[in-house]
Amino acid sequence: MIVKLAAGLATGLAALCLLTAPVFAQGAAKPTDPQIAHIAYTAGQLDIEAAKQALEKSKNKEVRDFAQDMVRDHAEVNKQALALVGKLKVKPEDNDTSRALTKQAAAKRDELAKLSGAAFDKAYVANEVAYHKTVNGALETTLIPSASNGELKGLLQTGLKIFQGHEQHAQHVAADLK
Amino acid sequence: MTPERIVLVVSVLLGLSVSARAETIQVTIDKLVFAPAEVNAKVGDTIEWVNKDVLVHTATATNGDWNVNIPGNQRGEVVLKKPGAADYYCKLHPNMKGRIVVAP
Repeated sequence: MIVKLAAGLATGLAALCLLTAPVFAQGAAKPTDPQIAHIAYTAGQLDIEAAKQALEKSKNKEVRDFAQDMVRDHAEVNKQALALVGKLKVKPEDNDTSRALTKQAAAKRDELAKLSGAAFDKAYVANEVAYHKTVNGALETTLIPSASNGELKGLLQTGLKIFQGHEQHAQHVAADLK
Repeated sequence: MTPERIVLVVSVLLGLSVSARAETIQVTIDKLVFAPAEVNAKVGDTIEWVNKDVLVHTATATNGDWNVNIPGNQRGEVVLKKPGAADYYCKLHPNMKGRIVVAP
């Protein structure tokens, strides 16, 4: 399944995205609900941090609006996720995938920190497209099918629709920046 | 005489046509889906979106004629002024799509 995920990601994704594909190929075992909750929450938090960097650096209105949308939506989804894990008495559990995602996001932040103006805007938005694509691929092929609790699965499914929306929104912004 | 007939007679006496009265048509937004995805309306009708999601959405006409912001758990509306089919989407989540067919 993990091999299939890696192969699926690798064939469908742009070169930039290939760098992120191995994140979800780590750890051979099927993730547990506490791990899935941690991965989904972490993925949202990392996108909020990326957006905050964009809000500090970008002067482009469309990019700033997009970043604000990311902060608002991901904060809302994560609020719901926290409420759900509280209700289900699931304790999110750190794992290799969460750690790899976090490490990779930190590297990307450092890379983007060196850019400014239009170069930053383009790189940030391109990474948003790639990042959402990667997370959506993982949700579809691994996280949603692996979730055993129905409510967690439901939240992930709604999350997937939201993030697919973000991916398309990011694509529109990327097209406008050209 | 049924109540409907009385309304009709009164309307005719007042010079109104029942069929021409503008209506409000509701479209629900739930888990990033516009439902019904397609509605039939006529010029002068109001489309009211009821957003059941906690997220902000928009109803944005593809041709740029109108753009309605709909905060989480709130409503938004537009009065239809032009006949024809109007495709719309959510600017923030462009995978959300709807269509309104407006009769003259």
